[in-house]
Amino acid sequence: MIISKKPVRSLTAILIGLISSVAMANPVEDTTHVKTETASHTEQVAHETANHETEAHTEKHEALSPKEKINEHIQHHLADSYDFTLYSDEEAGTHVGFPLPVILIDDGLKVFSASAFHHGETVANVDGAYYKLVHNKIYKTDAEGTLELDHHGHPTNEMPLNFSITKNVFSLLITSLLLFLMFTALARTYKKGPNNLPTGFSRVLEPLVLFVRDEIARPNIGEKKYKKFMPFLLTVFFLIWLLNLIGLTPLGINVTGNIAVTFCLAFVTLIITNFSANKDYWGHIFWMPGVPAPMKIILAPIEVLGIFTKPFSLMIRLFANITAGHAVMMGLLAIIFLFKNLLGTGGSIGVSLALTTFISLIELLVAFLQAFIFTMMSSLFIGMAVQEHDHHDDHH
Amino acid sequence: MEKLLNDFSYGLFFWQLVILTILILLLAKFAWKPILNSLSEREEGIKSALESAENARKEMQDLQADNQRILNEARAERDTMLKEAREMKEKIVADAKTEAQAQGLKLIEQAKAAIESEKNAAMAELKLQVSSLSLSIAEKLLKDELSNTEAQTKLVEKMLGDVKLN
Repeated sequence: MIISKKPVRSLTAILIGLISSVAMANPVEDTTHVKTETASHTEQVAHETANHETEAHTEKHEALSPKEKINEHIQHHLADSYDFTLYSDEEAGTHVGFPLPVILIDDGLKVFSASAFHHGETVANVDGAYYKLVHNKIYKTDAEGTLELDHHGHPTNEMPLNFSITKNVFSLLITSLLLFLMFTALARTYKKGPNNLPTGFSRVLEPLVLFVRDEIARPNIGEKKYKKFMPFLLTVFFLIWLLNLIGLTPLGINVTGNIAVTFCLAFVTLIITNFSANKDYWGHIFWMPGVPAPMKIILAPIEVLGIFTKPFSLMIRLFANITAGHAVMMGLLAIIFLFKNLLGTGGSIGVSLALTTFISLIELLVAFLQAFIFTMMSSLFIGMAVQEHDHHDDHH
Repeated sequence: MEKLLNDFSYGLFFWQLVILTILILLLAKFAWKPILNSLSEREEGIKSALESAENARKEMQDLQADNQRILNEARAERDTMLKEAREMKEKIVADAKTEAQAQGLKLIEQAKAAIESEKNAAMAELKLQVSSLSLSIAEKLLKDELSNTEAQTKLVEKMLGDVKLN
Protein backbone atom coordinates (compact mmCIF):
# COMPACT_ATOMS: atom_id res chain seq x y z
CA MET A 1 0.00 0.00 0.00
CA ILE A 2 2.64 2.47 1.03
CA ILE A 3 5.30 1.11 -1.26
CA SER A 4 3.06 1.35 -4.30
CA LYS A 5 3.03 5.12 -3.78
CA LYS A 6 6.80 5.37 -4.06
CA PRO A 7 8.51 6.15 -7.31
CA VAL A 8 9.93 3.22 -9.18
CA ARG A 9 13.51 4.37 -8.85
CA SER A 10 13.26 4.29 -5.07
CA LEU A 11 12.16 0.70 -5.29
CA THR A 12 15.03 -0.26 -7.55
CA ALA A 13 17.41 1.54 -5.22
CA ILE A 14 16.16 -0.49 -2.29
CA LEU A 15 16.39 -3.65 -4.33
CA ILE A 16 19.98 -2.99 -5.27
CA GLY A 17 20.76 -2.18 -1.68
CA LEU A 18 19.29 -5.46 -0.49
CA ILE A 19 21.02 -7.50 -3.19
CA SER A 20 24.44 -6.26 -2.20
CA SER A 21 23.79 -6.93 1.46
CA VAL A 22 22.74 -10.49 0.73
CA ALA A 23 25.40 -11.25 -1.84
CA MET A 24 28.36 -9.64 -0.20
CA ALA A 25 27.80 -10.16 3.48
CA ASN A 26 28.40 -13.89 3.53
CA PRO A 27 32.14 -14.08 2.87
CA VAL A 28 32.72 -11.79 5.83
CA GLU A 29 30.90 -14.13 8.15
CA ASP A 30 33.12 -17.00 7.00
CA THR A 31 36.34 -15.14 7.57
CA THR A 32 35.07 -14.13 10.95
CA HIS A 33 34.83 -17.72 12.10
CA VAL A 34 38.23 -18.66 10.80
CA LYS A 35 39.78 -15.76 12.56
CA THR A 36 38.21 -16.24 15.95
CA GLU A 37 39.21 -19.85 16.01
CA THR A 38 42.82 -19.31 15.09
CA ALA A 39 43.08 -16.34 17.36
CA SER A 40 41.55 -18.08 20.34
CA HIS A 41 43.62 -21.15 19.66
CA THR A 42 46.86 -19.23 19.81
CA GLU A 43 45.53 -17.37 22.78
CA GLN A 44 45.18 -20.58 24.73
CA VAL A 45 48.76 -21.45 24.06
CA ALA A 46 49.98 -18.08 25.15
CA HIS A 47 49.28 -17.11 28.75
CA GLU A 48 50.89 -16.46 32.11
CA THR A 49 53.21 -13.48 31.70
CA ALA A 50 53.33 -10.43 29.54
CA ASN A 51 56.70 -11.35 28.12
CA HIS A 52 55.48 -14.75 27.14
CA GLU A 53 52.45 -13.13 25.61
CA THR A 54 54.59 -10.91 23.40
CA GLU A 55 56.65 -13.85 22.26
CA ALA A 56 53.56 -15.83 21.52
CA HIS A 57 52.23 -12.97 19.44
CA THR A 58 55.33 -12.77 17.31
CA GLU A 59 55.35 -16.54 16.95
CA LYS A 60 51.78 -16.45 15.89
CA HIS A 61 52.52 -13.84 13.21
CA GLU A 62 55.27 -15.98 11.79
CA ALA A 63 53.24 -19.15 11.95
CA LEU A 64 50.30 -17.77 9.97
CA SER A 65 50.05 -18.48 6.25
CA PRO A 66 49.64 -15.49 3.92
CA LYS A 67 45.94 -16.28 3.61
CA GLU A 68 45.37 -16.29 7.34
CA LYS A 69 47.47 -13.20 7.68
CA ILE A 70 45.29 -11.44 5.13
CA ASN A 71 42.17 -12.55 6.97
CA GLU A 72 43.58 -11.24 10.18
CA HIS A 73 44.53 -7.99 8.52
CA ILE A 74 41.03 -7.55 7.12
CA GLN A 75 39.55 -8.29 10.53
CA HIS A 76 41.90 -5.80 12.08
CA HIS A 77 40.88 -3.19 9.54
CA LEU A 78 37.19 -3.78 10.11
CA ALA A 79 37.52 -3.58 13.88
CA ASP A 80 37.80 -0.49 16.00
CA SER A 81 41.15 0.42 17.48
CA TYR A 82 42.71 2.55 20.18
CA ASP A 83 45.40 3.92 17.88
CA PHE A 84 45.04 5.78 14.64
CA THR A 85 47.48 3.72 12.62
CA LEU A 86 48.18 4.94 9.12
CA TYR A 87 50.52 2.08 8.27
CA SER A 88 52.81 -0.30 10.09
CA ASP A 89 55.95 -2.17 9.29
CA GLU A 90 55.46 -5.72 10.45
CA GLU A 91 59.07 -6.83 10.28
CA ALA A 92 60.45 -3.83 12.11
CA GLY A 93 57.40 -3.85 14.41
CA THR A 94 56.84 -0.12 13.98
CA HIS A 95 53.49 1.56 13.61
CA VAL A 96 53.09 4.99 12.05
CA GLY A 97 50.14 6.88 13.47
CA PHE A 98 49.12 8.35 16.75
CA PRO A 99 47.60 6.95 19.92
CA LEU A 100 44.16 8.08 21.07
CA PRO A 101 42.98 8.73 24.62
CA VAL A 102 41.65 5.81 26.61
CA ILE A 103 38.91 6.68 29.08
CA LEU A 104 38.06 4.10 31.70
CA ILE A 105 35.69 4.26 34.62
CA ASP A 106 37.21 2.06 37.27
CA ASP A 107 37.38 3.57 40.75
CA GLY A 108 37.02 7.00 39.25
CA LEU A 109 37.75 8.35 35.83
CA LYS A 110 41.01 7.21 34.30
CA VAL A 111 42.27 8.92 31.19
CA PHE A 112 45.52 7.92 29.56
CA SER A 113 47.08 7.59 26.14
CA ALA A 114 46.69 4.32 24.28
CA SER A 115 50.43 4.41 23.66
CA ALA A 116 50.73 2.88 27.15
CA PHE A 117 49.53 -0.43 25.67
CA HIS A 118 52.18 -0.48 22.95
CA HIS A 119 49.64 -2.08 20.61
CA GLY A 120 48.75 -4.70 23.16
CA GLU A 121 52.30 -5.71 23.82
CA THR A 122 52.66 -4.29 27.30
CA VAL A 123 50.53 -3.77 30.38
CA ALA A 124 49.45 -0.19 31.04
CA ASN A 125 50.02 0.99 34.57
CA VAL A 126 47.63 3.80 35.48
CA ASP A 127 47.66 5.10 39.06
CA GLY A 128 48.51 1.69 40.40
CA ALA A 129 45.93 -0.20 38.33
CA TYR A 130 47.04 -2.46 35.48
CA TYR A 131 45.20 -2.82 32.20
CA LYS A 132 45.86 -5.05 29.27
CA LEU A 133 44.61 -4.76 25.71
CA VAL A 134 43.55 -8.09 24.22
CA HIS A 135 41.70 -8.17 20.92
CA ASN A 136 40.51 -4.59 21.22
CA LYS A 137 39.18 -5.17 24.68
CA ILE A 138 40.68 -3.70 27.81
CA TYR A 139 40.95 -6.05 30.80
CA LYS A 140 41.98 -5.27 34.32
CA THR A 141 44.98 -7.32 35.26
CA ASP A 142 48.00 -7.39 37.53
CA ALA A 143 51.51 -6.07 36.99
CA GLU A 144 52.50 -9.17 34.98
CA GLY A 145 49.45 -9.00 32.77
CA THR A 146 48.03 -12.35 33.85
CA LEU A 147 44.90 -13.35 31.99
CA GLU A 148 42.53 -16.00 33.18
CA LEU A 149 41.03 -17.73 30.21
CA ASP A 150 37.81 -19.69 30.03
CA HIS A 151 37.51 -22.85 27.94
CA HIS A 152 36.71 -20.76 24.82
CA GLY A 153 39.96 -18.88 25.25
CA HIS A 154 38.23 -15.65 26.22
CA PRO A 155 39.78 -13.81 29.14
CA THR A 156 37.52 -13.70 32.17
CA ASN A 157 39.29 -10.81 33.82
CA GLU A 158 37.24 -7.85 35.01
CA MET A 159 36.55 -5.29 32.30
CA PRO A 160 36.37 -1.65 33.39
CA LEU A 161 33.69 0.60 31.88
CA ASN A 162 35.26 1.73 28.67
CA PHE A 163 34.41 5.09 27.14
CA SER A 164 37.62 5.52 25.19
CA ILE A 165 37.98 7.87 22.27
CA THR A 166 38.69 5.08 19.81
CA LYS A 167 39.60 5.42 16.16
CA ASN A 168 35.93 5.36 15.21
CA VAL A 169 34.97 7.95 17.80
CA PHE A 170 37.84 10.10 16.63
CA SER A 171 36.80 9.69 12.99
CA LEU A 172 33.24 10.51 13.95
CA LEU A 173 34.37 13.69 15.65
CA ILE A 174 36.44 14.74 12.64
CA THR A 175 33.60 13.92 10.23
CA SER A 176 31.11 15.80 12.37
CA LEU A 177 33.42 18.78 12.44
CA LEU A 178 33.75 18.59 8.65
CA LEU A 179 29.98 18.41 8.27
CA PHE A 180 29.53 21.33 10.59
CA LEU A 181 32.06 23.44 8.70
CA MET A 182 30.60 22.47 5.31
CA PHE A 183 27.04 23.32 6.16
CA THR A 184 27.62 26.40 8.25
CA ALA A 185 29.56 27.66 5.22
CA LEU A 186 26.51 26.96 3.10
CA ALA A 187 24.27 28.64 5.68
CA ARG A 188 26.54 31.70 5.67
CA THR A 189 26.04 32.27 1.96
CA TYR A 190 22.34 32.96 2.58
CA LYS A 191 23.08 35.70 5.07
CA LYS A 192 23.10 38.24 2.29
CA GLY A 193 19.62 37.17 1.32
CA PRO A 194 18.04 33.99 0.02
CA ASN A 195 18.72 34.91 -3.57
CA ASN A 196 22.45 35.01 -3.00
CA LEU A 197 23.49 31.76 -4.68
CA PRO A 198 26.21 29.74 -2.98
CA THR A 199 29.59 29.51 -4.64
CA GLY A 200 32.32 26.88 -4.70
CA PHE A 201 31.74 23.70 -2.71
CA SER A 202 28.51 24.98 -1.17
CA ARG A 203 27.08 25.01 -4.65
CA VAL A 204 27.31 21.20 -4.62
CA LEU A 205 25.71 20.92 -1.19
CA GLU A 206 22.64 22.96 -1.94
CA PRO A 207 21.12 20.55 -4.48
CA LEU A 208 21.88 17.67 -2.10
CA VAL A 209 19.96 19.39 0.67
CA LEU A 210 17.14 19.95 -1.80
CA PHE A 211 17.37 16.30 -2.82
CA VAL A 212 16.91 15.12 0.76
CA ARG A 213 14.03 17.53 1.24
CA ASP A 214 12.18 16.97 -2.03
CA GLU A 215 12.96 13.32 -2.83
CA ILE A 216 13.22 11.78 0.62
CA ALA A 217 11.38 13.74 3.31
CA ARG A 218 8.50 15.34 1.47
CA PRO A 219 7.08 12.33 -0.40
CA ASN A 220 7.52 9.94 2.54
CA ILE A 221 6.50 12.02 5.53
CA GLY A 222 4.06 14.39 3.92
CA GLU A 223 3.95 18.06 3.18
CA LYS A 224 2.58 19.07 6.57
CA LYS A 225 4.91 17.29 8.93
CA TYR A 226 8.20 16.82 7.14
CA LYS A 227 9.80 20.01 8.46
CA LYS A 228 10.09 18.74 12.01
CA PHE A 229 12.22 15.77 10.94
CA MET A 230 14.45 17.55 8.48
CA PRO A 231 17.37 18.17 10.91
CA PHE A 232 17.55 14.46 11.77
CA LEU A 233 17.20 13.25 8.20
CA LEU A 234 19.68 15.72 6.76
CA THR A 235 22.23 15.09 9.49
CA VAL A 236 21.95 11.32 9.21
CA PHE A 237 22.08 11.38 5.41
CA PHE A 238 25.19 13.51 5.20
CA LEU A 239 26.88 11.86 8.18
CA ILE A 240 26.44 8.37 6.75
CA TRP A 241 27.46 9.44 3.27
CA LEU A 242 30.54 11.28 4.43
CA LEU A 243 31.55 8.42 6.74
CA ASN A 244 31.07 5.96 3.88
CA LEU A 245 33.17 8.11 1.58
CA ILE A 246 35.89 8.62 4.17
CA GLY A 247 35.87 4.85 4.62
CA LEU A 248 36.86 4.54 0.96
CA THR A 249 39.98 6.64 1.43
CA PRO A 250 43.27 4.92 2.31
CA LEU A 251 43.02 6.30 5.84
CA GLY A 252 41.60 2.92 6.79
CA ILE A 253 38.54 4.17 8.64
CA ASN A 254 35.53 1.89 8.96
CA VAL A 255 32.92 3.71 11.00
CA THR A 256 29.64 2.84 9.26
CA GLY A 257 30.80 -0.78 9.06
CA ASN A 258 30.69 -0.96 12.85
CA ILE A 259 27.63 -2.51 14.41
CA ALA A 260 27.60 -0.11 17.37
CA VAL A 261 27.48 2.89 15.04
CA THR A 262 24.71 1.53 12.83
CA PHE A 263 22.89 0.37 15.95
CA CYS A 264 23.04 3.89 17.31
CA LEU A 265 21.71 5.36 14.06
CA ALA A 266 18.89 2.83 13.89
CA PHE A 267 18.19 3.37 17.58
CA VAL A 268 17.74 7.10 17.03
CA THR A 269 15.35 6.33 14.15
CA LEU A 270 13.43 3.97 16.45
CA ILE A 271 13.19 6.63 19.17
CA ILE A 272 12.14 9.39 16.79
CA THR A 273 9.62 7.18 14.99
CA ASN A 274 7.90 5.98 18.14
CA PHE A 275 7.99 9.23 20.05
CA SER A 276 6.47 11.18 17.19
CA ALA A 277 3.89 8.49 16.41
CA ASN A 278 0.23 9.44 16.61
CA LYS A 279 -2.76 7.58 17.97
CA ASP A 280 -3.48 5.93 14.62
CA TYR A 281 -0.04 4.34 14.55
CA TRP A 282 -0.47 2.71 17.96
CA GLY A 283 -4.02 1.79 17.05
CA HIS A 284 -2.76 -0.06 14.02
CA ILE A 285 -0.21 -1.89 16.11
CA PHE A 286 -2.25 -3.03 19.09
CA TRP A 287 -5.77 -3.16 17.69
CA MET A 288 -5.66 -3.32 13.92
CA PRO A 289 -8.88 -1.79 12.65
CA GLY A 290 -10.91 -3.51 9.98
CA VAL A 291 -10.02 -7.12 10.83
CA PRO A 292 -11.90 -9.68 12.99
CA ALA A 293 -11.12 -9.75 16.73
CA PRO A 294 -9.11 -13.03 16.74
CA MET A 295 -6.94 -11.63 13.96
CA LYS A 296 -6.37 -8.50 16.01
CA ILE A 297 -4.95 -10.60 18.81
CA ILE A 298 -2.68 -12.45 16.41
CA LEU A 299 -1.58 -9.30 14.61
CA ALA A 300 -0.68 -7.31 17.72
CA PRO A 301 2.52 -9.24 18.63
CA ILE A 302 3.56 -9.26 14.97
CA GLU A 303 3.11 -5.53 14.74
CA VAL A 304 4.93 -4.98 18.02
CA LEU A 305 7.80 -7.05 16.65
CA GLY A 306 7.62 -4.88 13.54
CA ILE A 307 8.46 -1.79 15.60
CA PHE A 308 11.86 -3.30 16.24
CA THR A 309 12.51 -5.23 13.04
CA LYS A 310 12.20 -2.08 10.94
CA PRO A 311 15.13 -0.22 12.54
CA PHE A 312 16.92 -3.55 12.92
CA SER A 313 16.90 -3.96 9.15
CA LEU A 314 18.33 -0.45 8.88
CA MET A 315 21.14 -1.38 11.23
CA ILE A 316 22.02 -4.64 9.52
CA ARG A 317 21.72 -3.26 5.98
CA LEU A 318 24.17 -0.43 6.51
CA PHE A 319 26.56 -2.52 8.58
CA ALA A 320 26.58 -5.45 6.16
CA ASN A 321 26.98 -3.34 3.04
CA ILE A 322 29.87 -1.31 4.32
CA THR A 323 31.60 -4.22 6.03
CA ALA A 324 31.22 -6.33 2.91
CA GLY A 325 32.53 -3.51 0.74
CA HIS A 326 35.59 -3.06 2.91
CA ALA A 327 36.23 -6.79 3.12
CA VAL A 328 35.96 -7.22 -0.65
CA MET A 329 38.22 -4.26 -1.25
CA MET A 330 40.86 -5.58 1.13
CA GLY A 331 40.54 -9.06 -0.33
CA LEU A 332 41.09 -7.74 -3.82
CA LEU A 333 44.11 -5.80 -2.65
CA ALA A 334 45.41 -9.05 -1.15
CA ILE A 335 45.56 -10.51 -4.68
CA ILE A 336 48.89 -8.71 -4.97
CA PHE A 337 50.36 -11.03 -2.34
CA LEU A 338 48.38 -14.18 -2.99
CA PHE A 339 48.96 -14.46 -6.74
CA LYS A 340 52.46 -13.04 -6.86
CA ASN A 341 53.92 -16.40 -7.78
CA LEU A 342 51.24 -17.22 -10.30
CA LEU A 343 50.98 -13.90 -12.15
CA GLY A 344 54.27 -12.24 -11.31
CA THR A 345 54.55 -9.01 -9.38
CA GLY A 346 53.39 -6.80 -12.24
CA GLY A 347 50.55 -9.12 -13.21
CA SER A 348 49.16 -9.46 -9.70
CA ILE A 349 49.35 -5.72 -9.14
CA GLY A 350 47.61 -5.15 -12.49
CA VAL A 351 44.79 -7.60 -11.76
CA SER A 352 44.36 -6.26 -8.25
CA LEU A 353 44.38 -2.68 -9.46
CA ALA A 354 41.77 -3.33 -12.15
CA LEU A 355 39.45 -5.18 -9.78
CA THR A 356 39.92 -2.73 -6.92
CA THR A 357 39.21 0.23 -9.19
CA PHE A 358 36.06 -1.47 -10.39
CA ILE A 359 34.90 -2.26 -6.86
CA SER A 360 35.83 1.26 -5.72
CA LEU A 361 33.47 2.71 -8.28
CA ILE A 362 30.71 0.41 -7.09
CA GLU A 363 31.55 1.30 -3.51
CA LEU A 364 31.23 5.00 -4.38
CA LEU A 365 27.72 4.24 -5.56
CA VAL A 366 27.04 2.08 -2.51
CA ALA A 367 28.29 4.85 -0.22
CA PHE A 368 25.62 7.15 -1.59
CA LEU A 369 23.01 4.46 -1.95
CA GLN A 370 23.28 3.28 1.65
CA ALA A 371 23.05 6.83 2.97
CA PHE A 372 20.06 7.37 0.70
CA ILE A 373 18.37 4.12 1.69
CA PHE A 374 18.93 4.66 5.37
CA THR A 375 17.47 8.14 5.21
CA MET A 376 14.64 7.10 2.92
CA MET A 377 13.64 4.14 5.06
CA SER A 378 13.87 6.29 8.20
CA SER A 379 11.59 8.88 6.66
CA LEU A 380 9.29 6.11 5.46
CA PHE A 381 9.00 4.73 9.00
CA ILE A 382 8.47 8.21 10.40
CA GLY A 383 5.92 8.89 7.68
CA MET A 384 4.04 5.71 8.62
CA ALA A 385 4.03 6.78 12.26
CA VAL A 386 2.76 10.30 11.71
CA GLN A 387 0.47 9.92 8.72
CA GLU A 388 -3.14 10.89 9.14
CA HIS A 389 -5.72 8.25 8.34
CA ASP A 390 -8.44 10.41 6.95
CA HIS A 391 -9.93 7.61 4.89
CA HIS A 392 -9.79 4.41 6.83
CA ASP A 393 -11.24 2.33 4.04
CA ASP A 394 -8.57 3.55 1.73
CA HIS A 395 -5.95 1.98 3.96
CA HIS A 396 -7.21 -1.58 3.89
CA MET B 1 26.01 -13.14 15.53
CA GLU B 2 28.03 -14.05 18.60
CA LYS B 3 30.96 -12.23 17.12
CA LEU B 4 28.80 -9.19 16.43
CA LEU B 5 27.57 -9.12 20.02
CA ASN B 6 31.08 -9.70 21.23
CA ASP B 7 32.37 -6.84 19.12
CA PHE B 8 29.60 -4.50 20.15
CA SER B 9 31.23 -1.60 21.88
CA TYR B 10 28.93 0.27 24.23
CA GLY B 11 31.60 2.98 24.51
CA LEU B 12 31.41 3.62 20.79
CA PHE B 13 27.61 3.51 20.98
CA PHE B 14 27.67 6.04 23.79
CA TRP B 15 29.99 8.40 21.93
CA GLN B 16 28.08 7.99 18.69
CA LEU B 17 24.82 8.84 20.47
CA VAL B 18 26.38 11.88 22.13
CA ILE B 19 28.06 13.09 18.93
CA LEU B 20 24.99 12.46 16.79
CA THR B 21 22.69 14.28 19.21
CA ILE B 22 25.03 17.24 19.49
CA LEU B 23 25.60 17.26 15.75
CA ILE B 24 21.86 17.22 15.01
CA LEU B 25 21.23 20.04 17.47
CA LEU B 26 24.18 22.14 16.30
CA LEU B 27 23.48 21.63 12.62
CA ALA B 28 19.79 22.26 13.15
CA LYS B 29 20.53 25.59 14.74
CA PHE B 30 23.45 26.79 12.66
CA ALA B 31 22.95 25.08 9.32
CA TRP B 32 19.66 23.36 8.56
CA LYS B 33 17.40 26.11 9.88
CA PRO B 34 19.00 28.99 7.96
CA ILE B 35 19.53 26.82 4.86
CA LEU B 36 16.00 25.45 4.71
CA ASN B 37 14.49 28.81 5.56
CA SER B 38 16.50 30.53 2.86
CA LEU B 39 15.63 27.82 0.35
CA SER B 40 11.92 28.07 1.03
CA GLU B 41 12.19 31.85 1.11
CA ARG B 42 13.86 31.76 -2.26
CA GLU B 43 11.21 29.41 -3.59
CA GLU B 44 8.51 31.70 -2.27
CA GLY B 45 10.33 34.62 -3.88
CA ILE B 46 10.51 32.86 -7.23
CA LYS B 47 6.87 31.85 -6.93
CA SER B 48 5.71 35.36 -6.12
CA ALA B 49 7.94 36.81 -8.82
CA LEU B 50 6.37 34.47 -11.34
CA GLU B 51 2.94 35.34 -10.06
CA SER B 52 3.57 39.05 -10.27
CA ALA B 53 4.99 38.60 -13.76
CA GLU B 54 1.82 36.77 -14.68
CA ASN B 55 -0.24 39.53 -13.11
CA ALA B 56 1.75 42.17 -14.96
CA ARG B 57 1.18 40.29 -18.18
CA LYS B 58 -2.54 40.13 -17.45
CA GLU B 59 -2.60 43.81 -16.60
CA MET B 60 -0.74 44.56 -19.76
CA GLN B 61 -3.30 42.53 -21.67
CA ASP B 62 -6.11 44.37 -19.94
CA LEU B 63 -4.43 47.66 -20.70
CA GLN B 64 -4.04 46.71 -24.33
CA ALA B 65 -7.64 45.63 -24.47
CA ASP B 66 -8.61 48.92 -22.92
CA ASN B 67 -6.55 50.81 -25.42
CA GLN B 68 -8.12 48.89 -28.22
CA ARG B 69 -11.55 49.57 -26.84
CA ILE B 70 -10.86 53.28 -26.49
CA LEU B 71 -9.43 53.39 -29.96
CA ASN B 72 -12.47 51.62 -31.33
CA GLU B 73 -14.74 53.96 -29.48
CA ALA B 74 -12.88 56.96 -30.79
CA ARG B 75 -13.03 55.57 -34.27
CA ALA B 76 -16.76 54.94 -33.97
CA GLU B 77 -17.26 58.44 -32.64
CA ARG B 78 -15.30 59.90 -35.49
CA ASP B 79 -17.35 57.86 -37.93
CA THR B 80 -20.62 59.03 -36.43
CA MET B 81 -19.36 62.60 -36.46
CA LEU B 82 -18.41 62.34 -40.07
CA LYS B 83 -21.71 60.75 -40.86
CA GLU B 84 -23.58 63.46 -39.06
CA ALA B 85 -21.59 66.13 -40.85
CA ARG B 86 -22.33 64.53 -44.13
CA GLU B 87 -25.99 64.29 -43.31
CA MET B 88 -26.04 67.89 -42.21
CA LYS B 89 -24.34 68.97 -45.39
CA GLU B 90 -26.82 67.05 -47.44
CA LYS B 91 -29.65 68.53 -45.50
CA ILE B 92 -28.31 72.04 -45.93
CA VAL B 93 -27.85 71.51 -49.60
CA ALA B 94 -31.32 70.03 -49.91
CA ASP B 95 -32.79 72.85 -47.89
CA ALA B 96 -31.02 75.42 -49.99
CA LYS B 97 -32.19 73.72 -53.10
CA THR B 98 -35.83 73.66 -52.05
CA GLU B 99 -35.64 77.23 -50.92
CA ALA B 100 -34.04 78.30 -54.15
CA GLN B 101 -36.66 76.42 -56.04
CA ALA B 102 -39.40 78.05 -54.05
CA GLN B 103 -37.77 81.42 -54.54
CA GLY B 104 -37.44 80.80 -58.27
CA LEU B 105 -41.03 79.71 -58.52
CA LYS B 106 -42.12 82.76 -56.66
CA LEU B 107 -40.06 85.00 -58.94
CA ILE B 108 -41.51 83.30 -61.98
CA GLU B 109 -44.95 83.70 -60.56
CA GLN B 110 -44.27 87.36 -59.98
CA ALA B 111 -42.82 87.74 -63.43
CA LYS B 112 -45.82 85.99 -64.90
CA ALA B 113 -48.16 88.23 -62.97
CA ALA B 114 -46.21 91.29 -64.10
CA ILE B 115 -46.29 90.12 -67.68
CA GLU B 116 -49.99 89.44 -67.39
CA SER B 117 -50.68 92.89 -66.00
CA GLU B 118 -48.44 94.51 -68.62
CA LYS B 119 -50.29 92.58 -71.26
CA ASN B 120 -53.59 93.60 -69.85
CA ALA B 121 -52.46 97.20 -69.72
CA ALA B 122 -51.23 96.99 -73.27
CA MET B 123 -54.46 95.42 -74.40
CA ALA B 124 -56.40 98.11 -72.62
CA GLU B 125 -54.32 100.80 -74.31
CA LEU B 126 -54.75 99.07 -77.62
CA LYS B 127 -58.42 98.90 -77.14
CA LEU B 128 -58.40 102.54 -76.18
CA GLN B 129 -56.37 103.50 -79.25
CA VAL B 130 -58.48 101.29 -81.51
CA SER B 131 -61.61 102.81 -80.16
CA SER B 132 -60.25 106.35 -80.49
CA LEU B 133 -58.99 105.54 -83.90
CA SER B 134 -62.34 104.08 -84.84
CA LEU B 135 -63.96 107.15 -83.44
CA SER B 136 -61.73 109.47 -85.46
CA ILE B 137 -62.30 107.39 -88.55
CA ALA B 138 -65.92 107.38 -87.96
CA GLU B 139 -65.79 111.15 -87.39
CA LYS B 140 -63.89 111.76 -90.58
CA LEU B 141 -66.10 109.32 -92.43
CA LEU B 142 -69.07 111.01 -91.21
CA LYS B 143 -67.63 114.40 -92.26
CA ASP B 144 -66.73 113.05 -95.69
CA GLU B 145 -70.01 111.19 -96.10
CA LEU B 146 -71.59 114.28 -95.51
CA SER B 147 -69.80 115.79 -98.54
CA ASN B 148 -68.99 113.05 -100.89
CA THR B 149 -70.03 109.48 -100.68
CA GLU B 150 -67.44 108.20 -103.03
CA ALA B 151 -64.80 110.16 -101.51
CA GLN B 152 -66.02 108.95 -98.12
CA THR B 153 -65.61 105.30 -99.13
CA LYS B 154 -62.23 106.03 -100.59
CA LEU B 155 -61.21 107.68 -97.37
CA VAL B 156 -62.43 104.84 -95.28
CA GLU B 157 -60.46 102.41 -97.35
CA LYS B 158 -57.39 104.59 -97.24
CA MET B 159 -57.73 105.04 -93.51
CA LEU B 160 -58.19 101.39 -92.99
CA GLY B 161 -55.08 100.77 -95.08
CA ASP B 162 -53.13 103.16 -92.89
CA VAL B 163 -54.19 101.50 -89.76
CA LYS B 164 -51.58 99.12 -88.67
CA LEU B 165 -52.81 96.81 -86.18
CA ASN B 166 -50.10 97.00 -83.75
